[in-house]
Amino acid sequence: MGFGPINPEPNEPLFHAEWEKTALGLQLSCNALGHTNIDANRIARESLPPAVYYASSYYELWIRGLEATLKLHGLVTDADLGAGHAVDIAAKPKYILRAADVPATLKRGGPCDRPIATAAKFAVGETVRILNFHPVHHTRLPRYARGKTGVIEAVHGGYVFPDTNAHFLGENPQRLYTVTFSAQELWGPDGDATSTVSIDAWEGYLERG
Amino acid sequence: MPHDHDHDHDESDGHQHDNELSPMAARVRALETILREKGLIDPAAIDAIVETYETKVGPRNGARVVARAWSDPAFAEALRSDATSAIAELGYYGRQGEHMRALFNTADTHNLVVCTLCSCYPWAVLGLPPVWYKAPPYRSRAVIDPRGVLREFGLELPQETKVRVWDSTAELRYIVIPQRPAGTEDLTLEQLADLVTRDSMIGTGLPKVPSPT
Repeated sequence: MGFGPINPEPNEPLFHAEWEKTALGLQLSCNALGHTNIDANRIARESLPPAVYYASSYYELWIRGLEATLKLHGLVTDADLGAGHAVDIAAKPKYILRAADVPATLKRGGPCDRPIATAAKFAVGETVRILNFHPVHHTRLPRYARGKTGVIEAVHGGYVFPDTNAHFLGENPQRLYTVTFSAQELWGPDGDATSTVSIDAWEGYLERG
Repeated sequence: MPHDHDHDHDESDGHQHDNELSPMAARVRALETILREKGLIDPAAIDAIVETYETKVGPRNGARVVARAWSDPAFAEALRSDATSAIAELGYYGRQGEHMRALFNTADTHNLVVCTLCSCYPWAVLGLPPVWYKAPPYRSRAVIDPRGVLREFGLELPQETKVRVWDSTAELRYIVIPQRPAGTEDLTLEQLADLVTRDSMIGTGLPKVPSPT
């Protein structure tokens, strides 16, 4: 079914090639430059041609996405990449991650919770319907949940709204909810009778069910 | 991704010629060179990042959280109400663990965590995700066929066990708290942590049972 068997690898190594280590370090170092955000990084990877996306390993997606975001912000150019050396002068970064700052940077992470003034529109136990929309912009609403009816499992605080943040159109924080669906609501009568699937959904994805 | 060339050599070996690099190794080296030449990266920072995930941040962190939850009802309660703070008390927080939620397995409920949209994973407690977690088969099938997925991990749950799948679609990160195995009453926290596998905290496995002494 789908993409085939999962094939977990016994005693899997942390990295499968030396370049994967470099890819990890480059991505996290470049995140600190201050030009991008987690949602923008995601859409850079998701915007790769589908055949490339599905044929690429995780760190390969990271590198392809990283090249795209660095180019978008004038930090790296096609001329640089073509030469394999710095050819053009980079835009000025906001910050450069030094080794001494790595522990504090990783410990700080990138919290995405934000204060919001509005009260929660939905309460735990309430039935909601997921809006059916198919935007051209980035979204974190999975396609399988669109138009489906679920129940509010948990009400969280405000979180950065990825649909705008990915495009540098502002954080526009919205309240976040965990919404639970029966498997049969999502997958029809063949869905497992006792299983559920829960997603985390921003308020703007929901309407009263 | 495994090495995609058929001759055997170490890509990390700086003595080899460029034309022996795999395409991705060459591509990453080029990008690293450009960024270094522009002064945008500190090569020592890259080493420090890699070392963090090789030696400091891994599934042992999460195993200690689970062991503590098994042994300390007050901690388990704190984990239930505010997992981020409870886990931070043990010293685990930061990147991809900023907003944590703990899912407790019970006698009749089994929890399973996935990120269908990308590869979101609770790095602060589990470290770097395994390849299968990040690959399309698991990401696409965990939501629609969780029992079939669990069978591929050798886990056959009774039909009456409810499977709850959690798709990490926002910035909440989930850790499964498996049930404590029987016969572990006399174990220390570290011995308990030894039983907690990475997969048992994703939901694709169960803790190890203590070996008879």
